[in-house]
Amino acid sequence: MNIGVLALQGDFEEHSICLRKLGVKVREVRLPSHLNGLDGLIIPGGESTTIGKLATDYRLVDPILEFAKSGSIWGTCGGLVLMARDVGMRQPILGLIDMTVERNAFGRQVDSFEENLEIENLQGGPFRGVFIRAPRVTRVGSGVKVLCQLKDGSIVAVRQGRFLATSFHPELTDDSRLHAYFLEMISNRD
Amino acid sequence: MEKGTETVKRGHAQMLKGGVIMDVVTPEHARIAEDAGACAVMALERVPADIRAHGGVARMSDPELIAQIMASVTIPVMAKCRIGHFVEAQILEAIGVDYIDESEVLTPADEQNHIDKTKFNVPFVCGCRNLGEALRRIAEGAAMIRTKGEAGTGDVVEAVRHARSVIGEIRRISAMREDELAAYAKEIGASLDLVIETAQKGRMPVVNFAAGGLATPADAALMMQLGVDGVFVGSGIFKSGNPSARAKAIVKAVTHYNDPQILAEVSKGLGEAMVGIGVTQLAEGERLAVRGW
Repeated sequence: MNIGVLALQGDFEEHSICLRKLGVKVREVRLPSHLNGLDGLIIPGGESTTIGKLATDYRLVDPILEFAKSGSIWGTCGGLVLMARDVGMRQPILGLIDMTVERNAFGRQVDSFEENLEIENLQGGPFRGVFIRAPRVTRVGSGVKVLCQLKDGSIVAVRQGRFLATSFHPELTDDSRLHAYFLEMISNRD
Repeated sequence: MEKGTETVKRGHAQMLKGGVIMDVVTPEHARIAEDAGACAVMALERVPADIRAHGGVARMSDPELIAQIMASVTIPVMAKCRIGHFVEAQILEAIGVDYIDESEVLTPADEQNHIDKTKFNVPFVCGCRNLGEALRRIAEGAAMIRTKGEAGTGDVVEAVRHARSVIGEIRRISAMREDELAAYAKEIGASLDLVIETAQKGRMPVVNFAAGGLATPADAALMMQLGVDGVFVGSGIFKSGNPSARAKAIVKAVTHYNDPQILAEVSKGLGEAMVGIGVTQLAEGERLAVRGW
């Protein structure tokens, strides 16, 4: 299996390390040609404004949307923001998942936190969620499945078909269950 | 819900990797930096080149100015406090800055002690010239490290020296036996645990950026190819002829640091770079990098 990690800015290296541990081939994606032949793509955490601008300047937006017609995509934190249809401000986004997202929804860095999460269909007990200036999902369309909510009801993980998005950073933990879940999503798709 | 953990402090710096952190002195500068693709800004009253020119005691910036800059952008905002001045750090944490730079660019407030950074929920970045200094700062709680370079000069030579020193030392200790690591830790004045962790991982346990004297896209890509995780650009952007164009070019140079075709493209037609001061022309007392213990 070939998985790409969008390597414009952010913690793409941490995702690559997680994926290699699971035995898949990883490619850093910086230009449109780097998408060829991939089965899945991860959009990492980072600053969504920075990643969006670099994707626009290097004409990656349309090729990613083309890839999305058959490929699987997972966005973490800033990546979740980029996958949304509406983020309440003007910045380049992909609009892949029918959801509205609030950026920096829990406050500034001093409010960043860790929390144990119950994630739907994820076996093996709670998952340690690392939330850093994290976004939350404030609205989902009818085709979107909510996989995880905080105790206050904030939606922090969703799936729509081949697309997965999480507010938190599994790549900053030693727990590879969500990376394995993403790979399984790719193996099981029609 | 746990706040201020080591993971969220160090993790925030991991989100800045592959990015450019730009010094700004007004909300307008901050917006130009954000539009150019900066992954964070450093809010200051004066950029280092002006701190040099102005002389006198350089202190934390007015919290009012920092708050205005925080209100004008959605990207993270950092601010500097003096080395050892933990009350300036408390004030910066109280106004909610996203990262504090305990910085040699400001006049040190304590000539023996750095801030105990483990006491804070807000993460800190600190400068270093070599691995020993870097690991001492990490032991005090720094969640991110940068080279000191020589700020406000536009001369990249010191940043290169410091990055080569840190990264070269890590390569060296990665080949050492554990008994040799103990002697090495003593020699550089660092904790043995951190030395062992660094040797095993082949990198420091926190993110490492370049800073101090970077002025061009080529400077930024040079530092990236030497192995840093991202760059700070201080005076180099807003002391140049066309800040917006230069800022955008440096952002692209950091992403595509290994692609000379793209580096050539983004380096074209940027106008005047900042007027530099050669580091060799500085008197010993004018060097900022020697501050810090």
